[in-house]
Amino acid sequence: MSKFFGTSSPDSDERRRFLRSALLGSAIAAASLLGFLPVVKRWSQRLRPPGAIVEHEFLAACIKCGQCLQVCPVKAIRLGDAEDGYGLGVPYIDPRVQACDFSCDALQCILACPTGALNHTLSTKEQVHMGVAHLTNPDGCLARQGKGFKGPARGASFPGIHRYAEIDRWKAIPIADHPYDLESCDLCVRECPIKGAIAMQPMSEDPNDHRRTPVVTADCTGCGMCEMICPAEVAVLTIEPRAVWRAGS
Amino acid sequence: MKAFLDGFMVMLGKTPVRPDHYTPAAEALLAAKRTPEAREKRKQMIAAEKAAKHKTHFWRNWRWVSIILVNLLFVLSYRIDIQVVEGALTGSRFVGFHMADLNSALQVMLAYKHVVINLVIGTSTVLFMWWLFGGRSFCAWVCPYHLLAELVEQLHLKLAARGLVKDHPLHRGIRTVLYVVFALLALITGYTVFEFISPVGILSRTFTYGFSFALLWVVFLLGIELFYSRRFWCRYICPIGMTYGVVGAFSPVKVTYDMDKCLHEGECRKVCMVPHVLSMTRMGYAQDAKMDIGADCTRCGMCVEVCPTQALKFEIKGLSKLL
Repeated sequence: MSKFFGTSSPDSDERRRFLRSALLGSAIAAASLLGFLPVVKRWSQRLRPPGAIVEHEFLAACIKCGQCLQVCPVKAIRLGDAEDGYGLGVPYIDPRVQACDFSCDALQCILACPTGALNHTLSTKEQVHMGVAHLTNPDGCLARQGKGFKGPARGASFPGIHRYAEIDRWKAIPIADHPYDLESCDLCVRECPIKGAIAMQPMSEDPNDHRRTPVVTADCTGCGMCEMICPAEVAVLTIEPRAVWRAGS
Repeated sequence: MKAFLDGFMVMLGKTPVRPDHYTPAAEALLAAKRTPEAREKRKQMIAAEKAAKHKTHFWRNWRWVSIILVNLLFVLSYRIDIQVVEGALTGSRFVGFHMADLNSALQVMLAYKHVVINLVIGTSTVLFMWWLFGGRSFCAWVCPYHLLAELVEQLHLKLAARGLVKDHPLHRGIRTVLYVVFALLALITGYTVFEFISPVGILSRTFTYGFSFALLWVVFLLGIELFYSRRFWCRYICPIGMTYGVVGAFSPVKVTYDMDKCLHEGECRKVCMVPHVLSMTRMGYAQDAKMDIGADCTRCGMCVEVCPTQALKFEIKGLSKLL
């Protein structure tokens, strides 16, 4: 053993080298453990791509190659940075910036995943469950104020893209290039890619009351399209990653 | 067999030692080399060689082309959509076929505790490829960190020559210890802990997908290599190198040593990133007259280039016999 570690001649040089090695080796191991901090602190905060398995297993199974990102037609997927700890290089979606709108239909990211971190058994967008949209800023909602909306949903400089089936079935275009003119704002419902996941409900029984409120149903997949398209300063609907739908939430 | 095992143990951290016995061929050669006349002749040859300033970068240039080309293919596959190798060095598809870095795949399987079929396919392909090309050839011929570290090493050597920095060698056993530590961490915590600090993954993803703050870690590592310890990461730490080293131990592509031609002046050990694999080039350290360089060799070819007598050369086992 002493021969293996080269300590048979215990002169001070050798001892110093050994100490140095032990210290630096420990430092490297310690540095690798720093990745724990963000994982523990912000547990399950990122919205993961469609089909992502349970968060801690997802972080383990993901090989951090970014193939899911490469196939996304709307470039909704980005990779975690050092601040994500063990989520470094792991894909996530920031829906306010660019949501998944299921442009690909066949869940390309899932097919691209080499490790099954995105669950291969899903085959339709309706089966996806990334999270749930919640009404987190009701006061900002135009529909709830009985207001309409005119112009590009997120302003002329917003870089986000979306596939408008009525314009081009296969090509996503900038949301900024697609202005709206709505008597009563219903963008979240209008652009939701999942049928029946969200609806506008009158806020009173009075037919002259034009106020409507968006109501999210159990069919919501948490794709975040509503969060991206919402023209309010602060998105009215936001996705709670990995949350489960509850009545009245 | 003994020499092979010895090379393996040296890779794990053992300090190379003088063999306790030699083959008859080696014994005869040694005796011939130790006569005063032979010594004198060697001295003259070394002097002549130093004067001739024999210098070639044939292998190095091809290697740099290889590293840049492979990494560029990854980038262009995404950026201009040529779709040759999609993904990063950790995992990819090569014209549609799964490829998985052996160490990343190992980390994933230990952390996830599932055997993923695509990963098995990808790993087998890569395993076969690197067995064929010689294990740690990955390091010298593909790894982007290797190229950066190589450039920083040149700078380190320049600074060291002026006495501005000093190399602090470490015990190579720490790589073996860390290898076990990272495997256990993945198994116990369920996270791919090593991937958080892997400069290979960080660089590969950065090239293709853009800036990452994790690059600061890579800069920090290069800083250690520049100011404190020569080739710190590749020599003493990287578990990826170790994984490929194990694969390459059995590879047909080898650098071989011919004691008869060797002048024992040690130029090869000076340029080598893993000089312990060249211990047999020291007088009296070669057990046989002809030997294979050990498993830790990255097949970078620096020793082949610098050797003035072609005592070290690339060889494909079996092929030379066949031809």
